[in-house]
Parts: sequence; structure tokens; C-alpha cells
Amino acid sequence: MADKLIKEMGLPKSMANVFAARNITTAQEALALTDFELMLLLDVGMAEVSSALARISEIACPPYQTALALMEQRIQKEGHGGHLPTGLKGLDEALCGGIPFGVLTELVGPAGIGKTQFCMKLSLLASLPTAYGGLNGRVIYIDVESKFSSRRMIEIGVQSFPDIFNMKGMAQEMAGRILVLRPTSLSKFTESLQQIQVALRQQQVKLVVIDSMTAVISGIIFCLGITDKEPQDNTYLVGISLAEFSRIPIVVTNQVRSQTRDEGCQYSFQVRSTEDPVGYDSHLVAALGINWAHSVTIRLVLEAKSGQRFIKLAKSPMSPPLAFPFNITAAGISLLDDYGRELKGAEINKIHSHEKAKEGLPATFLTVRQKPPPTSSYVQRRQTLRPHSGETRHYSDDILWRAHDLRPVPPRSCLHPD
Amino acid sequence: MEVGRLPISASQRGKLIRAGYTTLSSLSSLSPSDLARELNVTNSEALEILKVASLNSRLDRTDGGHAIFNGAQTAWDMLHEEQLLRRITTSCADLDNILGGGINCKEVTEIGGVPGIGKTQLGIQLAVNVQIPVDLGGLGGKAVYIDTEGSFMVERALQIAEASVLDMVEYNDLLRKEHRKCQVNLKPNDLLESIYYFRICSYTEQMAVISYLDKFISAHKDVKIVIVDSVTFHFRQDFEDLALRTRLLSGMALKLMNLAKTYNLAVVIFNQVTTKYMEGSFQLALALGDSWSHSCTNRVILYWNGDDRYAFIDKSPSLRSASAPFSVTGKGIRNSASNHKRIKLM
Repeated sequence: MADKLIKEMGLPKSMANVFAARNITTAQEALALTDFELMLLLDVGMAEVSSALARISEIACPPYQTALALMEQRIQKEGHGGHLPTGLKGLDEALCGGIPFGVLTELVGPAGIGKTQFCMKLSLLASLPTAYGGLNGRVIYIDVESKFSSRRMIEIGVQSFPDIFNMKGMAQEMAGRILVLRPTSLSKFTESLQQIQVALRQQQVKLVVIDSMTAVISGIIFCLGITDKEPQDNTYLVGISLAEFSRIPIVVTNQVRSQTRDEGCQYSFQVRSTEDPVGYDSHLVAALGINWAHSVTIRLVLEAKSGQRFIKLAKSPMSPPLAFPFNITAAGISLLDDYGRELKGAEINKIHSHEKAKEGLPATFLTVRQKPPPTSSYVQRRQTLRPHSGETRHYSDDILWRAHDLRPVPPRSCLHPD
Repeated sequence: MEVGRLPISASQRGKLIRAGYTTLSSLSSLSPSDLARELNVTNSEALEILKVASLNSRLDRTDGGHAIFNGAQTAWDMLHEEQLLRRITTSCADLDNILGGGINCKEVTEIGGVPGIGKTQLGIQLAVNVQIPVDLGGLGGKAVYIDTEGSFMVERALQIAEASVLDMVEYNDLLRKEHRKCQVNLKPNDLLESIYYFRICSYTEQMAVISYLDKFISAHKDVKIVIVDSVTFHFRQDFEDLALRTRLLSGMALKLMNLAKTYNLAVVIFNQVTTKYMEGSFQLALALGDSWSHSCTNRVILYWNGDDRYAFIDKSPSLRSASAPFSVTGKGIRNSASNHKRIKLM
């Protein structure tokens, strides 16, 4: 609405001409000036300027809705009342039915905790037919760090929705609905965002995943978070307006970085805690700083604490801060307990990654070894999924299967030799 | 008063001065046609100039009496008026206490805090609470909610509205014991219907909506609170020109203040936080810089203190600086209970 042309706003002819003559053509240009500046620039009286400004404001202002109308509209028009169910019962309940449409949802967590796994599961869910609790639409997956694995995704699908994925041709159809984009630079990323804006209108896109946002932004600015010098660039604004206007959920992931001191977590009027253990006790914080944190609506923190993984609702306008224990099995992410524990105070935003510090092994590897999932062992399954070229690979969440994502999905028998 | 200060166009002013009319008194005895001839303008233009001039000279006149200046009020009158004003409760008694009873009408209150502290929650709560009927000690007004971040959740508004209706019924039952008959016939949906929601996607729209509010509220006189959540968002992202930002922000603050005074309503604006290098360390501070911090009447900062959420009055001409705990529950903003019980939402 900001770019609306002044000449089309039905101003008196003479005023419209004056604006045109001074080269003020859009509402944005007119509203960036004060009344007096406009008076000087247009050489007209106060009364005319203010009536013209009132008219321009009225036109440029988006229409209002009552909250009731908003709610009715969402319930009627959108499947699941405007939420994408995550399949995790406790989390869905807390979020009033799942990841809401039209807002930015962020996943934060240390490397290998399961962010990508969660994203893949969400992509599957969005592509499933409505009868199975999905959104029956396409998914755009922007994979900045080249972590998306179609094999793993199919595996999750086969394990969690056996009746769909065992149907002939269904696996292909489901996987065919997920479009993976791999931008290698910020300009490519912006380009793909623009493509998406077009695609959203034409295709039945029901979910956009950006994994990870940090990789996109940290490419430009090295030091994030501590100062206010965050990228002035508005790529993520694009993301938000994308979500808002197409009314689809947008999920982004964010990495963590360590912070040594309690920098900037108190106001000047607060008394400094004296027993502050200065120094070596570094802790993790989300890689993108406070400015970014303000712009996401829902923040889910994935963390590991004394051998157990937790998913925490660190910021959500509709539920208290809850923590649910989870693990990652062959069927993807699943909750161990649907009744979350409520968190208090500083605990909400803390990010633990305990195992990592112990032996210097990747966090996930250690968890898997210590606590093999009750069903089929995840490690074994991973080994049977060795890439067909026979290369040796590191078995960590992120880099397994990396080079093989875009190959055609092998037949089921190959995935499950047993 | 001089002609130079008249709100007329620059070329007309130039013509006036060239013709030798520098003071308003020199214009007072002129007829429009004389002026038109002398300035070489049309009759109607001359008439306009004289109208503006006479209006201004009337404002300028200092004839004694009660109100010396037009629009001025004595402090005594203001005191009376203030005592009559009702306040909008936050549903948290401790918070109301430090705010002197709630959010004040006719004032601009800025509320800031870190992400996830409950700013939006407080916003939704206030949008619901402003509708508490007059019989129950509320304002019985409506709310305008200006959402710049897209964080307004209709589901959450419904939860808060439902809880609020239950509270009202309960309170009403208490009242009725004292033989006062009044019926609560508000439904949660009615509460939602009285929240006018504007979704703003750029700073231009933000400027536009704030100028448009004047017209909107004069058509919807029962609006008693305007909530801007948050004022910061668009001004933080796509701004290179900081001088322009300061100018626009102060213009906006003035307009909001004007709205608050003219229509006797409360304006609540939410601000984000940033980190600032002060006294050798990084500390949290509200965003938008120092010049912005002058523009609001009251400033409240929400912060974490140990395991509890606290509100702190950072700036206020009438309230003393104090802090109070509050909590965000399934029902909305409530008093902080030391024993945190899990509140089930569904």
C-alpha cells in the first residue's frame, strides 16, 4: 500500500497536479515529509496540505478487521484452523494445534540436535493428504547448508506413515511435492525468495522451510548479536511478509554460538549480581541476536541436558514456556512425554548441550551410543543406509547422505534389506 | 504576531511581505477585494488569507479571564479532570499498584522488554480489559490494535477473553450479594469483535495508520485504547537515514499524544530492546535511541528478575519509580504467585 500512486487517490485535481509537479508520486514519499516541509515544497496552505495528507493516509492505511472476523476467517478457510500439526501431541496442544500459519517459527539448537530432522518431518507433514492430517500441498525447502537428505526423509515417512508410503507411487508423489533449493550466496538466496513469492501465488505451497537462517546472514556480517550491528538488510522481512500474505507457516532454523560473559542481559537499573561467576563458564546463545529474536513469533529451543534432549517453547504468544523431552528415532522426532514441564525465568532461554563437552565427540553420536532407541537401533539403520557408491562417510546427522540427496529414491527393498 | 508565522503558502506569504503587510494588525481592517488587488491574487485567495489571519489574531489576543491562552487549562482543573478519569486495569494487582491503578487515559505509555517477556500478551490483555463494562469498574470502550510484527494471535486473544468473561461473572456475583443488580451479558466473541485490528507492513503504512486514526476514532468514539505493537519493528529494519527516522518518530509520537488528549484515550506503545555499551559493559536498553525516549509520558520496562517477570517504572511524571512482579498465565496477565502451578490451557 506504501507504493500507491498519489494521482489515483482522488485528491482534488489541482492538488494532485501540484504533487506530480514536485515529483512526489507515491504515498511513501508524501508521508516521509512533515506538514511544514510539504507546505514549503508544494507552496500551498496548511489547510490544503492537511486535508491532502489525511486523504493520502486514509488510502495508504490498510483496512482494519475485528479480531472476531479474523478468527472466523481463519477457522473457515484454513485446514486445521490455521495450524500445521507437528504430530507431536504435547507440542500441538500447547500451540493450539500446531505451527501457526502466517508467522515466523524459529528452531534454535546446537549442531546435531535434530533441527534438520524436525524440519524434514514438518515438510513431510505438510505434503501429506488432508485425510492423514497433512496440508496436501507443496513445500519449499531452502537448504542453505546442504543438509537436507531425501533418503532420510523417505525413511521418516515410511516409519511414521507406513500405510501411505507403502502405497504404490505415493512415496514418489510425496517426495515430489518437496522442492529443495540450495542457494550458495546471499544474492542467490534473495533471488530464490523472490522466485518463491511468485511460486506461492501459482502453486499450492503450504510450507516454507529455511535451514538455516544463520548461514544466510552470517555470510555477510561476522560478529552478530553483541552489538546492534546486525544486518540492516531485510531478507527476513521478506520472509515475514511472505508468511503473512500467503498465510502459510514459515519455519527457519538458527544456530547457536557460545558467549563467555553475561553480556547485555541486564538493564542499567538492575543490580548486578555479585556472585557472577566471571570467566570460563561459557554458555550458548542463539547465533542471531536480540533484534532477530524480536521478529520471530514462536521460538522453539532444542537442547540436550544430561543425556536427554528437550524441546522448549521459549517464546510463544499462546502458551506458557514448556519443555518436552524428545528423542530421534528412525521415524523422526518424537516426544517421550506429552505433558510438558513448565519452565521458569532464565531457564527458558538457556540452551544446553551437555554431552558435547564430555568427550569431544559429536553430541548426537554420543546420545545414540548411550541410549539406543527401543525400537530398531538407529545406528544400525544408519549403517544399512550406506550410500550406494560405497564411499565411507562420517556418521553424524548432518553430513550423512549429503551428496546423494538429489538422486532418485531407491526402491523400498534397498532401503530395508531386512 | 507576524505574517511570517501564518500557516499559508510560501508564495502568498512572499506577496504579503512584498506588499508591506508584515504584522497581523495591518491586515485586520482590510477588505478581501482590496487585498486581492494589492497582492494581485484572486478574491477567494485573498479571503482565505484574511480568514487565516483573523483566526490567528484571535488566538493571539490576550484578554484576561479564565483561560488566558486558547486551549490552556489551569492545574486545578486538570487535577479535577484527572480524578474523574478511569484507568485500564492490567489484571495484575501488583502491576496496577505501581501504575497508580492501571494504564492512564490521556497519556502515552511505552512498554519495552526482551523477546518473550510478555509484551504482546500485555497488549492483548489490555485490548480485552478496556471493554470491561462501566458497572464493573471498567471503561466499556473498544480497542484499536496496530500490529506491525504479525504476532497478534487470535487464538490467544480468545483464551484471554474467555478468562476475562469468567472473571467478570465471578466479580458480578460478588457485587450482587450486596444487592446490586447488573448482568454480565458479554460473550468472548463480543470482546473479540470490539478489537479493531490493523496489520501494518511498512513504516509508510505505520505513518498512514496513525494519521488516519484521527478520522477513524472520530467515527468510532468508543475506542478507549490504541495499542501499537511494536513501534520499533519497521523503523529498525529498513532505515538508512537516521535523521528521517528521528523526524518521523517524533511526528508520530506527537500525533499519538494528540489522539490521547483529544479523544481521552490511552495509548500504549511497545518497544523492543537493544544492547548498548554503557560504563564499560553491554547492557540492555530500549531501542530507537535517546531522542525517542523523550517522546513518551510513561515508560515501563519488563524484565526477568531471577525466575519472575517484573515490571519497572523507568520514567513517569507522576509515579514513583518502583517495580512489581507479574506473571503470564493461561488466562492472561495475572499476579505473580510464588508457587508456580502449571496452568492448563485447554
